[in-house]
Amino acid sequence: MAGKTLYDKLWDTHVVRTEEGGTALLYIDRHLVHEVTSPQAFEGLRIAHRKPWRIDTVLATPDHNVPTTDRSMGIEDPIARIQVETLDANVEEFGITYFPMNDVRQGIVHVIGPEEGATLPGMTVVCGDSHTSTHGAFGALAHGIGTSEVEHVLATQCLVQKKMKNMQVVVSKVGAGVTAKDIVLAIIGEIGTAGGTGYAIEFAGEAISDLSIEGRMTVCNMAIEGGARAGMVAVDNKTIEYVKGRPFAPKGENWDMAVEDWKGLTSDPDAKFDHVVEIDGRQIQPQVTWGTSPEMVVGVDARVPDPENESDAVKKDGMERALQYMGLEANTPITEIAVDVVFIGSCTNSRIEDLRAAAVVAQKAVTEGRKVSDTVKQALVVPGSGLVKQQAEEEGLDKIFVAAGFEWREPGCSMCLAMNADRLQPDERCASTSNRNFEGRQGQGGRTHLVSPAMAAAAAIAGHFVDVRDLTA
Amino acid sequence: MEKFTVLNGLVAPMDRANVDTDAIIPKQFLKSIKRSGFGPNLFDEWRYLDHGEPGMDNTHRPLNPDFVLNQSRYQGASILLARKNFGCGSSREHAPWALEDYGFRVIIAPSFADIFFNNCFKNGILPIKLDEKIVDGLFQDNAASDGYQLKVDLESQTITTPNGTSIRFDVDEFRKDCLLNGLDDIGLTLKHVDDIKAYETKRKQQAPWLFA
Ligand code: SF4
Repeated sequence: MAGKTLYDKLWDTHVVRTEEGGTALLYIDRHLVHEVTSPQAFEGLRIAHRKPWRIDTVLATPDHNVPTTDRSMGIEDPIARIQVETLDANVEEFGITYFPMNDVRQGIVHVIGPEEGATLPGMTVVCGDSHTSTHGAFGALAHGIGTSEVEHVLATQCLVQKKMKNMQVVVSKVGAGVTAKDIVLAIIGEIGTAGGTGYAIEFAGEAISDLSIEGRMTVCNMAIEGGARAGMVAVDNKTIEYVKGRPFAPKGENWDMAVEDWKGLTSDPDAKFDHVVEIDGRQIQPQVTWGTSPEMVVGVDARVPDPENESDAVKKDGMERALQYMGLEANTPITEIAVDVVFIGSCTNSRIEDLRAAAVVAQKAVTEGRKVSDTVKQALVVPGSGLVKQQAEEEGLDKIFVAAGFEWREPGCSMCLAMNADRLQPDERCASTSNRNFEGRQGQGGRTHLVSPAMAAAAAIAGHFVDVRDLTA
Repeated sequence: MEKFTVLNGLVAPMDRANVDTDAIIPKQFLKSIKRSGFGPNLFDEWRYLDHGEPGMDNTHRPLNPDFVLNQSRYQGASILLARKNFGCGSSREHAPWALEDYGFRVIIAPSFADIFFNNCFKNGILPIKLDEKIVDGLFQDNAASDGYQLKVDLESQTITTPNGTSIRFDVDEFRKDCLLNGLDDIGLTLKHVDDIKAYETKRKQQAPWLFA
């Protein structure tokens, strides 16, 4: 018999029962909750007189709607305020562990889960949010669910699931200055936004094992942009070191037992994948998206692609539409594209290592007597959680950013999806470290280019895209 | 959940690939704490010429005459014909809520994003995957004839075109059963309370740290 993939193992240990036709009840170990996709689920519980099955598995925080400026006066937008207050009331009513807006532990769900040790290797993790794939970086099975499923998991601790297929994406060693974000954008450029549909993707290869845990989170975060609900990376010593000592992590005897168990969370050498994609890491340059889908991406040294060279009619049409929306001419060198706004943040790139990487670029500018370009209207740095913010301030990163002309904000989703006041105006062009460049994502008519934190910081200083390796070499 | 058995419906085309859930229902409408009322804001940024915000009176907003759902021939459509990777992006269930509230009960496409596909079934919408060529043919036939209707029969898993051609489609047995009977998933799962408890007892032995 062939060995098992990591996904097979995670699946097998969580199946409660299997129905005819292959549908299974899958047990859920951790449920993260935020204000946008939960109100209707709590309402559903109330209407049906149901109680949450295991409240100790639930962790909640508001992130999408919270302001990133001074919060002492609460939330100004009345509709957003009601949504956050609804979460406040729901967690109170059901007795759920909660990091409210003014708690230092508040932040983007996908940042705080790992930060608290609430995300552990071997777990099944769900959240009413597609970027739940982030948590797969710990060798966990983690994916986004809809609001009906949020209610289902609250009420039963289980999800009705069908097993996905196994895909492995192997990336060989990348060059200096190429980050986790560049790796995952290059992967999506290769497999396409629907390439992973129906699959759980395991990311492997030297490029992935060389990454820090935070880097692996960035990669898994964007598995969903490649169509895969779940992305994951095998457990190694880095994983275990990262988890150790965090507030929700196991202690004492439990810790030793857990570590023993976690060491087995890798794919067996003879495991069979339904699909394997191999990518030559040396070919990966720092990436910049040029269109309105994450697969529309090229290296910073390239030019905006020309739809004339595309033979597939549907694709060509999509490219033309994207160029028109983005206000770009085909064949323009990426480095000639000027930006109006820079956003460093989101669950993809708002952890301490991301901020450090951006700060290196900012510090270099300050040392050379330069600042954020006059042509850039706004450059925002939004930490992923209150604790990330605290850590960054202890390291003096906030001062570097401010000295270089960036704004230093309170934690939340912010301009990643612009549900709060942070948003692009029509036609504004943004270098963003978030994960989606869809039409209107960062504000109606706004134009998003996805990049790494260092590339975003470099674009802020130069006023247009540049190869960050030229600056920091 | 409303049952789904047979639908005779007018077909509206959405002729672009990778339609994402941000486009289906833009984020400003996600601030609602309700499950209903999203229909008037379905495809808001494409459908209206002004910028929509929650709480607006949508009946007085300027419509984009070029947007397909605003054309008079598609008024009252209940079947949406779409291109590949429909519903990609955010997991927001507000997307199927908006489609359903608008009046769509069936979506036909060559492929769907996984989370969206799942969410449809939970809201009485039947997403149907068909071969890309067949979908292409439906787009052409639909464009060629005003008032183009399809009959979708879930029980027999067939779509019947106006000229009587019958197209078979696949659907997961469990989901079919839930849709046909309008069954509540949670109620179904709670029939297996004993299994869930047995799993927990066993798992607690193997992995006590998950229950600490
Ligand atoms: S940061 Fe962006 S992608 Fe991440 S959870 Fe928030 S809105 Fe979603």
